[in-house]
Amino acid sequence: MSTTTRPSYASLVWERSILETKEFIRSRDQMIFIFAFPLIFLVLFGAILGGNEIGQGVDFVEYFLAGMIATGILNTGFQSLAIGIAIDRDDDVLKRLYGSPLPPSAYFMGKVVHVLMVSIVQIALLLALGYFAYGIEPPSEGSAWLTFTWVFLLGTASSTLLGLGASSLPKSGRAASAVITPIVLVLQFISGVFFVFTQLPAWLQTVAEVFPLKWLAQGMRSVFLPEDYAQAEARMSWEHGTIAIMLVAWLVVGLVLALKTFRWQRAGDR
Amino acid sequence: MSTPAIEISGLTKAYGANHAVDGLDLTIEQGEVFALLGPNGAGKSTAVEILEGYRKRTAGDVSVLGIDPAHPTLEWREKLGIMLQSTSTSTLLTVREAVTHWSRLYPNPRDVDEVIASVGLEDKADERAKTLSGGQRRRLDVALAVVGRPELVFLDEPTTGFDPEARRQFWRLIESLREGGTTILLTTHYLDEAEYLADRLAVIAHGKLVALDTPKGLRGRAENAIIEWTDADGPQTLATPTPTAALRDLLSKHHGEIEGLEVRNPSLEDVYLELIGQAAADAAELDENEEAA
Repeated sequence: MSTTTRPSYASLVWERSILETKEFIRSRDQMIFIFAFPLIFLVLFGAILGGNEIGQGVDFVEYFLAGMIATGILNTGFQSLAIGIAIDRDDDVLKRLYGSPLPPSAYFMGKVVHVLMVSIVQIALLLALGYFAYGIEPPSEGSAWLTFTWVFLLGTASSTLLGLGASSLPKSGRAASAVITPIVLVLQFISGVFFVFTQLPAWLQTVAEVFPLKWLAQGMRSVFLPEDYAQAEARMSWEHGTIAIMLVAWLVVGLVLALKTFRWQRAGDR
Repeated sequence: MSTPAIEISGLTKAYGANHAVDGLDLTIEQGEVFALLGPNGAGKSTAVEILEGYRKRTAGDVSVLGIDPAHPTLEWREKLGIMLQSTSTSTLLTVREAVTHWSRLYPNPRDVDEVIASVGLEDKADERAKTLSGGQRRRLDVALAVVGRPELVFLDEPTTGFDPEARRQFWRLIESLREGGTTILLTTHYLDEAEYLADRLAVIAHGKLVALDTPKGLRGRAENAIIEWTDADGPQTLATPTPTAALRDLLSKHHGEIEGLEVRNPSLEDVYLELIGQAAADAAELDENEEAA
């Protein structure tokens, strides 16, 4: 007995993330929805609004592609995660895990790593479609990919932690979709995903600036749109500093929410 | 024997005015197989979930493997195996994947294939849990509860939905765990199961302990034997502390064969039902007194 060692934290996180990903791939409906939804939207919006120049020689499809990459992170990390966890809680999956020696934070980290894996595939698919269908070339400079890396990591981490926190919002797994989906949908409309942000009424822009998706989308535009387009942004700049501050702020909100409100059992089961 | 595996004194869990567990005292020794019996809503699961660290108690002292379960640690969790009352839902993993995953959470797990075989799922090892029947999924739950080589196993109504063969196989598994020195606390509705497996058993009703004994001792509490037969008026039942005299009397009244004649000692179930009935009557009386007061 004394010779045995307990599994390392890293191995537990890896074990969890592989397991989550395996289950994700096998739940074919969910996987198809997560991967196909942004692609279908890109095709749809490309067909409807493609060819419209929105300033600095940028086509709306390019703008939309960056927005889809941003919202894809929010879909996977926040929406799917929060709904999935709410259902797992109803099915006592979380209760079982709580009864095991798995550290709670390793469960959370496993979710983050799983979301990273899914998001990378999703972004690769979007970029591939953008390139082959619309001839949008991904940036070649290293600095752009450096920006991408931190925006992507911060966006994923804050989305996932917010998803963990929001998973305790709905009273039941059945209600989860109804509670969580509208939040994301509204944000998509006001955060510069479906519409060009600067074309929104000023008050709506102000509302959107409180939430993370606006900043995540702006960060992705700074990666995938030409440098000149910064002139067309709301404050005529990419505002990298503000993006970082806002995403970190939401990351902290998500972390506090996740730690304070996360429930391993159904409501009233204590 | 060293310190007890489980020590409970004055355990109370109140939901508003309702006491789900009401001043329970219990000590379970290491290596013991202990069965908790009681009707639905008696407080069995509530008590067990307090011991497992899922629910907070209202009052009382509890020690499980030397730890207060209200403050669970991971080291403590490594020594426990928990099978919840609800059947695990249809995970998309195969039986082997699920057991393997669970085994990786523990420092000194059992061999995955041996555990799968011990619950009789070797033929299903590579099938997704989703395709299993309810009873088979329950057996998977047993496998998940024991794969971490726990010192103490909680089994909350483990054999509900088992066919007779699966139940026998489960009993053999419990026997082998007992031989390995594992402490087992199980709740069950099956009296035969408690009688066969348990070293001692407790009957609780309305959150209170109504009996604590060995199965044999509990069965011995019955005062009456039961005589059954059929006469012109239909089936008859007689409970009597003097079955020989009663039978002699019966024989003298009947000439020839007595239809359907049966004399039996009360089963554990008879004793159990009597205890539960008594507890229910006491509770009703208490309620009336409270209302009157």
